[in-house]
Amino acid sequence: MKNGLKITAIVILIYVHIAGLLMDVPRLAILNETVRALYFHVPMWFGMVLLYVASSYYAIRYLRTQQPDDDVRAESFAHTGTAFGLLGIFTGMLWANYTWGSPWHGDPKQNGAAIALLVYLAYFVLRGSVENREQRARLSAVYNVFAFAAMVPLIFIIPRLTSSMHPGSGGNPGFNVYDLDSRMRFVFYPAVAGWFIVGWWMATLRYRLKKIKEKLDEREFA
Amino acid sequence: MTGRILVLLHKEWLLELRRKSVIAGLGLYLFSLVFICYLTFALHQQALNKVTWAALYWLTVLFSVVNAAAKSFIGERSGIFLYLYTVASAEQVLLAKLIYNTILSCLMALAGFVLFAVFIFNPVQDVYLFLLIVLLACAGFASSLTLISGIASKASNSNVLMAVLGFPVVISILLIAIRATRNALDGLGRSSSTDDVLILVAINAIAGAMAYILFPYIWRS
Repeated sequence: MKNGLKITAIVILIYVHIAGLLMDVPRLAILNETVRALYFHVPMWFGMVLLYVASSYYAIRYLRTQQPDDDVRAESFAHTGTAFGLLGIFTGMLWANYTWGSPWHGDPKQNGAAIALLVYLAYFVLRGSVENREQRARLSAVYNVFAFAAMVPLIFIIPRLTSSMHPGSGGNPGFNVYDLDSRMRFVFYPAVAGWFIVGWWMATLRYRLKKIKEKLDEREFA
Repeated sequence: MTGRILVLLHKEWLLELRRKSVIAGLGLYLFSLVFICYLTFALHQQALNKVTWAALYWLTVLFSVVNAAAKSFIGERSGIFLYLYTVASAEQVLLAKLIYNTILSCLMALAGFVLFAVFIFNPVQDVYLFLLIVLLACAGFASSLTLISGIASKASNSNVLMAVLGFPVVISILLIAIRATRNALDGLGRSSSTDDVLILVAINAIAGAMAYILFPYIWRS
């Protein structure tokens, strides 16, 4: 069953890459072919937010039950989420370079995304600077939950207050107004699902890797 | 509950009076920041418009408040924690520190305002609105940074961590405060800043509630 899901994700992503690059897209002014970024850039953000949600979920669960495994899970999800976020920023910069004229345009969405990444990089710094394992787990879980709550206004409220050129905000047409016609939906939704499953997969791999390392360390000391 | 908090507040106040060098250091820090702003900007006063004034003011306040809030847990002797742990619950300790930090940051923000008015200039048209924003933003800074200070105090390089962990968390408060301040500077109608003030209140509610829920987990260690 688990393998079935992973194979599905691989098949979906192969489909997304082929269809996303080759299929017809609507002709739009300025955007032109860059509208294809929708298939590769936007799923990164969906993936990042979902992975961070999972990370906070495990952090909360750690605080409730004090299971060390939950801490490792929270860390793995935050790690993968950050990787997705970085890819999201880079793909966004690539897109902005062609449509806005410069890779970093100081758009509220870009700034919010950069700050979200800063929060999670700070989370890793925090993890690095606490020696005691239990203490590290507790402190980083608290910071994880708190930072996630603090990020909500940053990502979901402030970009809506200020004018933004990003599609879908500041009065610009989002992907569901006209540019995401039904043809694009057939690629976009599978892309979101596929990337998310791959992200989940990566996080579980990292989790298992860490568990194995832990076991090896224990054996060394024993 | 309130009695305990009042006692803890009183204790903070007494401690502050005994270690005057700390509060003097904070005051001097604020003064140096404002003076640097003055030296770098006011020599050509035309260059400093109201928007820059608001941004500079809030950055100055933020840096001073981070330092003020940092000392609420960092640098305390561990004996004090042990003692507090036996006499009060985590929530009471947090609320006492939080209220104290709010008052302290408000005072620093007001002192900063006076210094800005003296050295640079005073563009504030709607003083009451400005004071309300200062109060709300300082409460927000205090509630976020008190928790962060608790986290950072347990880690090794606390002072660096305080800045690294704190800034991304308070940045939404900072941005909204700068937006709202711009309205107060221009003396626009109150209705135009209602939204910003309400958002500040909401962010404070989130930060305060999260700090209140999460602090016991740090305190336990």
